[in-house]
Amino acid sequence: MAARGKRVGMEVSIAVAEAVKYSDADVIAAYPITPQTHIVEHLAEIVADGELDAEYIPVESEHSAMSACVGSSAAGARTFTATSSQGLALMHEILFIASGLRTPMVMSVVNRSLSAPLSIWGDHTDIMAERDIGWIQFFAENGQEAFDLVIQAFRVSEHRDVLLPAIVNLDGFNLSHVIEPIVLPKIQKVRDFIPPYEPVYRVDPDKPLCFGPVGIPEIYTEAHMQQNEALKDSKTVILEVWEEFAKKFGRRYRPVEGYRARGAEVLLVTQGGISETARIAVDRMREQGRKVGLIRIRLWRPFPFDEFYEAVGKAKVLVVVDRAISMGGIGGPLAAELRTALYHRDPRPHVVNFIGGLAGRDIRAVHFEEMTNKAIAYAESDSVPIYEMFGVRE
Amino acid sequence: MIDMKKDFGIYSARLLPQEELFTPGHRACQGCGPAVALRLIGKALGRNSVIVNATGCMEIVASPYPHSAWKVPWMHVAFENTAAVASGIEAGIKVLRRKGRHFTDDRKINILALAGDGGTMDIGVQALSGAMERGHDMMYICYDNEAYMNTGIQRSSGTPMGASTTTSPAGKASLGQKTWKKDLPAIMVAHHIPYVATASLAHPFDLYAKVKKGLEIDGPAYVHIFAPCPTGWRCAADMTIRLCEMAVNTGIFPLYEVIDGKYTLSFDPGELAPIKEYVRLQGRFRHLPDEEVERLQERIHENFYDLRTMIQCQGR
Repeated sequence: MAARGKRVGMEVSIAVAEAVKYSDADVIAAYPITPQTHIVEHLAEIVADGELDAEYIPVESEHSAMSACVGSSAAGARTFTATSSQGLALMHEILFIASGLRTPMVMSVVNRSLSAPLSIWGDHTDIMAERDIGWIQFFAENGQEAFDLVIQAFRVSEHRDVLLPAIVNLDGFNLSHVIEPIVLPKIQKVRDFIPPYEPVYRVDPDKPLCFGPVGIPEIYTEAHMQQNEALKDSKTVILEVWEEFAKKFGRRYRPVEGYRARGAEVLLVTQGGISETARIAVDRMREQGRKVGLIRIRLWRPFPFDEFYEAVGKAKVLVVVDRAISMGGIGGPLAAELRTALYHRDPRPHVVNFIGGLAGRDIRAVHFEEMTNKAIAYAESDSVPIYEMFGVRE
Repeated sequence: MIDMKKDFGIYSARLLPQEELFTPGHRACQGCGPAVALRLIGKALGRNSVIVNATGCMEIVASPYPHSAWKVPWMHVAFENTAAVASGIEAGIKVLRRKGRHFTDDRKINILALAGDGGTMDIGVQALSGAMERGHDMMYICYDNEAYMNTGIQRSSGTPMGASTTTSPAGKASLGQKTWKKDLPAIMVAHHIPYVATASLAHPFDLYAKVKKGLEIDGPAYVHIFAPCPTGWRCAADMTIRLCEMAVNTGIFPLYEVIDGKYTLSFDPGELAPIKEYVRLQGRFRHLPDEEVERLQERIHENFYDLRTMIQCQGR
């Protein structure tokens, strides 16, 4: 363990800010919003104490935070920001432009519900509304992952074959505000892993370029295709970076993480922090001799189809737990995605979708067991609902 | 008042830089005021510059892919965030220079944010306020053609009272724009930034000098340029400069400079000319009855009197 680094207990938000310091970021544009504030507060301290040589832009809104990030990235600076919920929604317009202009940057999104009713508590409503922004998107399960993913995301985002912005999602409060043991590597080792950003194109008077021209109908489709190809192809770079990270730092990351999934007939499918609770449920059910496992989607965009199919294996039922809902439509965005991905597979498992954990409501291990039982019953009676809101008080 | 000869040695067109950074072939309309402004701004900027352009006429006429009218790096991101993008570029260049990674020679790189009146005074005012308050070393120029011309002549908070636009149309129950033009330069002065100025195409050397001066000053600078749009103002295309001159001489658009909060009149029109001729040259005011023109005239005089009084008081 000592070779990997020092193990320190710290709040996960602080760890995320430290990861930005370890990554030697150049520009941080930030605006406060709960539950993301601890990240940008700690970064402000880090810069104020001279621990990181960066420009900290205390912008007047998230819209300007994202706009300033596009500008600083275009200048060739390693760029970071963080936000949540309403802040992410306010950025919405510029998120598409950041990816369309191919400006690399990393953003931690501390996932939170959207108003109304006003709620500061965690779920995935904010990020699922930004599913199609063309960014690379990861979901962290724990503090170590939130720390590691920031470092990896810089490396991937700035890679010459990628040049796309990346989001690291972490759950509001349940992950962002808990204190966890974090293995801190040597700072130089991280900086060797991600050398300073050298852009292919930048705003530079010595080499004048036009960024963001008008895209007439004759070229818009082609530009979109190129961007989509770049996002899909980024998986290759992500896998390479994870491989190298595993060798250097001893922690291995995969697009889809399985837990006791091999040979399982029923698989829970989750994203983010609730996966840790789901594991407890899986352990309990395995102890009862039931063939239940868990798969967790860490890489959300680009969606890892192959790894997902492999992880599903020969399972008969998927119990997909979404922390967001597409109202009046297909229910959970994760389940909808998985169902579509599986449509042409033969045989394909039943996909039973539960929507729960909205706005910080706990999903406990016993709830995962309950969902599993319900899902099996639905599958056996061949009457799977499109989705079910779980744990609604009556 | 700027003494051209003493302060800048400028007194004739031949002494302005010959190179055009905003090049011919762009797609602006005949008689476009903002296009004339950009040509002059380009000369003041020089090659060591970066432009961030808000969505709008000057953005679309300059950049239909694969063409660009600009010889300097130019970036368009969105409508309301020009000042924020420019502030990010400024911060990026600053930190890379400090860390010795790029932009390492001691050349000053001018960062210019450019937007129309809608992009500045309405949708962009928050980002502008933020960037100015934060003190970035950048210049923001508003080319004010007094409505959303790119989308088809809709009213903005820069549209003058009484003007008929497609969203403030004159009609049986309306005299056109109901509100007085927002005084954005005053709002910029209230940000305590080191340099604020107004400029007009009828005073091109004054405009050139102001852009240059604002760029040389450390910290944020704001220049508000009066730039007629013949298409939107419904006037002849050869009236652009003439209307600029009349706007200054009538007191509709006074030329002044505010350095560290201190106002100076750049050009004193003396006794103000009546606005009637200015109004009657433009179709957007065609519907206005004489008594309404007189009412506007009174308010313009009051405003100019207030400006002059303030300048005199500051001088004491």
